[in-house]
Amino acid sequence: MNDKNIIICRCEDVTLADVLEYLNKGMTNIEDLKRQLRIGMGPCQGQTCQELLQREIARFLGVPIEQVKTQKTRPLAGGVKLKDIARGSKDE
Amino acid sequence: MNKNIVIIGAGISGCSIAYQLAKKGVKDILVIDKGYLTNGATGRCGAGVRQQWGTKANCILAKMSIDFFEHAQKELDYHDDIEFKQEGYLILSSSKEEDETFRKNVALQNELGIPSRVVNIEEALKIVPHLNPKAFTSATFCQTDGHLNPFKMTEAFYLAAQKKGVEFHFFEEVTSIDVKNHQIQAVHTSKGVYETHIVVNAAGGFSKEIGDMVGIDIPVYSEKHEILVTEPIEKMQGPMVMSFTQNIYCQQVPHGSFLMGRTTPNQPHGHDISSSWQFLDEMSKTVTRIMPKIGELRVIRQWGGSYNVSPDRQPILSDCEQLSGFYIACGFSGHGFMFSPMTGILMSELILKQPTSVDINDYLMSRFQANQPTDFEKSVV
Repeated sequence: MNDKNIIICRCEDVTLADVLEYLNKGMTNIEDLKRQLRIGMGPCQGQTCQELLQREIARFLGVPIEQVKTQKTRPLAGGVKLKDIARGSKDE
Repeated sequence: MNKNIVIIGAGISGCSIAYQLAKKGVKDILVIDKGYLTNGATGRCGAGVRQQWGTKANCILAKMSIDFFEHAQKELDYHDDIEFKQEGYLILSSSKEEDETFRKNVALQNELGIPSRVVNIEEALKIVPHLNPKAFTSATFCQTDGHLNPFKMTEAFYLAAQKKGVEFHFFEEVTSIDVKNHQIQAVHTSKGVYETHIVVNAAGGFSKEIGDMVGIDIPVYSEKHEILVTEPIEKMQGPMVMSFTQNIYCQQVPHGSFLMGRTTPNQPHGHDISSSWQFLDEMSKTVTRIMPKIGELRVIRQWGGSYNVSPDRQPILSDCEQLSGFYIACGFSGHGFMFSPMTGILMSELILKQPTSVDINDYLMSRFQANQPTDFEKSVV
């Protein structure tokens, strides 16, 4: 299968070809790839693509997957509407 | 290992300085960062570029930087898109006092060639229809302000500098700097030692600590500022909407998501950049008051970053009287990203002892030693 047709991050439409392009440029850590490709920045916050990406990096570098650091986890755990937060904090 | 110049910090400032020096033919430049590319303030900023400032010094840097961004894609021969979008900044005024300040600001900006103007509520609603007309009294608008992608812009400088021979070391931390006979001798890092007589401190939030390594007291501190981002939607807002008194900036980036930030008052100085629920609460209340429609959007993520704040909230672009060979680019007070082209140009001119493109006195660190007060920048969120 063509690498351009293999989607790694489905929130942001990042393909395996995109990932390999940046790995070949020398950007081999998840924080760099996230910022340049938006991988893991979508609504699921990397919950789907993170492990796939780790595996690709591990394969590329020839290291065990445990040595590939995951991205920093940021709040919120799930999407919440701004107006619900605004209303919630007014009611307190 | 011998190096002509060691630049500390691979944020937008360090990358821009490296590029300009290499463009002028300097060899053996090394840029060192303790993390990845853009891991400091650059990669955490609000992605806005504006020229609507309250001090002459900031206006000049901003205007000339926008001129650079307009042809940056071409000059840096960047393969990707820097996402430069000139759809303006709309700055809301909420009081008579602010009205008056803004009128003065616009007069100053126009004098310096910045095409800003005062607009009334009706005109503002034409520019951003979903504004709550009760949330402001008037506004100023500058069409040539706008958006720029910090990750892409930094990568563009980084790749262009690399192409010209600049060496970059990531995940390597500077631990000490040797000084002998009032001259820099070497930079020690977690991975090695580099002999050099020129060090450029572009360490952003940690620039004070770098100054301390050579006994130079730089009058800056770091302070946490927070941002959140929503899910992406179809385009509905062109300009950045901003208010200093209501404490908000909010724009829709080309990707479709809304990015918004505000200052948390009474922050302790330091390097904490953790996310807080207080920010999320206040941000939600502020944005739903000013632009109720945006309340429908889901928050995806929030994060924090450092402002490196100077006494007059204008940058320090300087050599160092007490230590020759030590150069300082810090104290951007939250705006290092948008001034970065001029940071590169002016620092390279200082280092190479060339005449500077603009009067450098307003940016030198020595301005704080003089007895007359400097212009204080009020237009900061």
